[in-house]
Amino acid sequence: MNTIQTLTPSMERTRRASNRRTVLNVVLLAIGLLAPLAIYPVFLMKVLCFALFACAFNLLLGFAGLLSFGHAAFLATGGYITGAFLTSYPGLTPELGILLGTLAATLLGAVFGTFAIRRQGIYFAMVTLALAQMVFFIFVKAPFTGGEDGLQGVPRGHLFGLFDLSNNLTLYYLVLVIFVIGFAIVQRTVHSPFGQVLKAIRENEPRAVSLGYNVNAHKLVAFVISAGLAGLAGSTKTVVFQLASLNDAHWHMSGEVILMTLLGGVGTLFGPLVGAGIVVTLQTQLAQSPVGDWVSVILGIIFVICVLSFRSGIVGEISNLIKKNFK
Amino acid sequence: MIRKNSKLVHGIALASLIAAGSAGAAISDEGVVIGYLDDMNGTYSDLAGPAGRVAIEMAIEDFGKTVKGKPVTLISADHRNDPATGSSIAREWLDQESVDLITGLNSSSVAISVTRLVREKNGFAIVTTAASDSITGEHCTPNHFHWVYDTFAVSDPAARAIVEQGGDTWFMLSADYAFGHSMEAAVEKAVSESGGTLAGKARHPFPSSDFSSYILQAQSSGAKVIGLASAGTDLVNAINTASQFGVVESGQSLASLMVFITDMKAIGLDKAKGTKFVTGWYWDMDEQSREWAKRFHDRVGRMPTMVQAGNYSAVTSYLKAVEATGSDDPKVIREYMMANPIDDFFSRNGRVREDGRMVHDMYLAEVKSPEESAGEWDLYKILATIPAEEAFRPLSASKCELVKN
Amino acid sequence: MTMIFGVPLMAFMGQLMLGLINGAFYALLSLGLAVIFGLLKIVNFAHGAQYMLGAFVALLGLEYLGINYWVALLVAPLVVGVLGVVIERLLLRRISDLDHLYGLLLTFGLALIFEGTLINLVGVSGSTYPITPALQGGTNLGFMYLPTYRAWVLVAALCVCFATWFIIERTRLGAYLRAGTENATLMKGFGVNVPLLITFTYGFGAALAAFAGVLAAPLYPVTPTMGANLLVVVFAVVVIGGMGSILGAIITGLLMGIIEGLTKIFYPEAANTIIFIVMAIVLMVRPAGLFGKEV
Repeated sequence: MNTIQTLTPSMERTRRASNRRTVLNVVLLAIGLLAPLAIYPVFLMKVLCFALFACAFNLLLGFAGLLSFGHAAFLATGGYITGAFLTSYPGLTPELGILLGTLAATLLGAVFGTFAIRRQGIYFAMVTLALAQMVFFIFVKAPFTGGEDGLQGVPRGHLFGLFDLSNNLTLYYLVLVIFVIGFAIVQRTVHSPFGQVLKAIRENEPRAVSLGYNVNAHKLVAFVISAGLAGLAGSTKTVVFQLASLNDAHWHMSGEVILMTLLGGVGTLFGPLVGAGIVVTLQTQLAQSPVGDWVSVILGIIFVICVLSFRSGIVGEISNLIKKNFK
Repeated sequence: MIRKNSKLVHGIALASLIAAGSAGAAISDEGVVIGYLDDMNGTYSDLAGPAGRVAIEMAIEDFGKTVKGKPVTLISADHRNDPATGSSIAREWLDQESVDLITGLNSSSVAISVTRLVREKNGFAIVTTAASDSITGEHCTPNHFHWVYDTFAVSDPAARAIVEQGGDTWFMLSADYAFGHSMEAAVEKAVSESGGTLAGKARHPFPSSDFSSYILQAQSSGAKVIGLASAGTDLVNAINTASQFGVVESGQSLASLMVFITDMKAIGLDKAKGTKFVTGWYWDMDEQSREWAKRFHDRVGRMPTMVQAGNYSAVTSYLKAVEATGSDDPKVIREYMMANPIDDFFSRNGRVREDGRMVHDMYLAEVKSPEESAGEWDLYKILATIPAEEAFRPLSASKCELVKN
Repeated sequence: MTMIFGVPLMAFMGQLMLGLINGAFYALLSLGLAVIFGLLKIVNFAHGAQYMLGAFVALLGLEYLGINYWVALLVAPLVVGVLGVVIERLLLRRISDLDHLYGLLLTFGLALIFEGTLINLVGVSGSTYPITPALQGGTNLGFMYLPTYRAWVLVAALCVCFATWFIIERTRLGAYLRAGTENATLMKGFGVNVPLLITFTYGFGAALAAFAGVLAAPLYPVTPTMGANLLVVVFAVVVIGGMGSILGAIITGLLMGIIEGLTKIFYPEAANTIIFIVMAIVLMVRPAGLFGKEV
């Protein structure tokens, strides 16, 4: 090496942050690989699917600054299309089914995005809500969804025709791989030149426009990626639970993902994971305890506290603490 | 996080394990575990819900809390009307908590997904709360029974009985959901087969906030009977609106297809009086029922719905079967229960058919007027009994694969 | 029998009448939301819960305190209005300088708390609230039987809508409100107590929601989730009308009631969805809503 590279303070910070991220990624991967030995795999898979859903949503909200009220539509589309294909074509292997569902959600995202991107702020949110409600209605009426009986009996099948997915542990590792891929996509998107432009748009859109960036194109791409990943989460969830239901398309589901993201930390990478983990745990565990009747009240209180004091979410607050104390 | 032995024991002390040398070695593991999975907090939590759990506790206590020397335990959970939540809880119960019987299962989508799972894992379930008749139709399995009522049994006999009594023109207002469609179809068929006609129909979104438009349509149709195939708040809303528009005063009558006593209590007698419907059980229908209902009322503070009574009946019958056969193997239990009639305060002339449907006498009832009512819960009068063999969808019309047609 | 679009004319007119009544109700219901967003730029997700609380104050007031309907029409908005004031002073004020998203999320959390608590207190089935004797019965208009109570709802809703619009757009108080929220510093400089105005506005919006709740109590079952189901529709009305326009919310409410009414005649299954279709179309064509100013 014949040049000594001097790093400016900000490059130094970025390098340290990137190292921290790598360490965190490795630690999480290790936890992910070992967790099913201690914790019921189906519960973990539920957490992973919702974590992916929240990551997808957070890409749009935290990094592109766009609040969508209709993300449930993508979750449900992924789920229903995958379910429909896997039940109608028993020979179809699950990974192809998941791909088809994800593709459908991505296409839907392109359609929604084209309409919604033209508006901003609360109007953008309301357009996504309106479109999602229409999708909900279509799912209610479409015969293939089974209406409120749900699309049942989706076979788990054999991955690549080889690995039997009815084994919870095998399926878990597949879900973990899918999550890691989705998570990696989010990370790469955020830490790329594209992601930097998104950040610029989020912070000061008029300036980004004046700098010559095609703001709408960037927003649309972010929207489509977000929709596709949400669809991936839905498709995977359908294979795990072997069903897709109208709950996945209801606006409550859109509200839940907002809660998860807020709780974990909007605009952080690991926040959605934490948020999803907490919300799913609360719902599953609390529901079976004497406090079960008060789950929504507790969630509401958490929401309020988060907004008042922990606006950066759990991960955000922790990372602020770290930055302050471990310079 | 989840630990393997996190069972919720509520009010039923876990008896100390009796030495394994007792008879009943065919009961797997340490005892009989019953899992009650229902909507504990949401839209339907009043018709079964936490009070339905009390009914099961009563059944276990009355049975002596043990069967063949082994303890009977009850765990419960809220599925929040979400099939993914329901099936993941059921999965965990079957994989980790060795649950022998799953019951409750409100909401047809949850019931269908859980019974599929139960079949896959060779468990056993008795569906008490859910309504869809497809549970013993195209979604039947050899590992579950449907106990209390279904969409066919509350609509078909009601329609026939009412047409016979003179109500031969109908307007059907149904929820635009699978259960609404199936009740609408059953009524249409029953009405035309008994010589009546359908003057019009409308399907409302589920849930709907305002029914004035539909009631007006029903009035304009001039039909003698307005059939309501909706449930819960929608039903309450529809009857309330009908009373505001003077439907009954102007000569039409209401037939409600899916009714629970909690609905009628919520609407009130002066608005609901004269409404006809079919029910699977009523607390005041005879001495046995009254006696049980009083005990329930003492514990819960209100009178039981047919589903809560059905919970007691289903669990008791199950425990009897385990006691008699000494086994908790689903196949053995199923054979025993199919071979032995179900006759308790809840079910008269009851038996389990090969499609898993427990058929029993149903009752045509009418809501009393305020003058006829002598007490807070004195809400119905029973007009007629519909025999078990006539009330439910005949096997010849069944879509169940277990039925040899 | 004369027919119009395949439906007997009499029946059609009856449906239009009902649509108008529902529309007036929607207008009233969306008023509180429009006021709060228009003046305070807060998306008040607790609006549905405040509506529900108004109905419950009436119901429980009748059951336990013997408060009759007419008194409830005054008491419930007062109670819920005071609650609104408390919410604003204690909670909303802390986040007033942040992104509007947080106001939305905070009020959403509050809605969860109110609804969840009430579900635990009274159960989910709810009860019916009796129509006060003076408003019972109805008249036969020829083309339909119109319940007196619904006619009252039409009149009351339109009156309150007009009064609110008048106060905000045509009186000095309204002018202070509008100026104070548009340019607080300037108004404070003139000696106007702006924070007080803001608190009062939020309380007023909540009170409007509660008033609609009392009006609704004899019509619909009073359940803890009655507001949640209507909230999405109300938002759509406000957005279509143009967020920030009181007149927009009123006119859109009336329009949507009629459009929904027509949908119920011809394709009732879509009755819940039609408003979203309209909203999507409007936002495409007029992004700020029918009467809104471009944001």
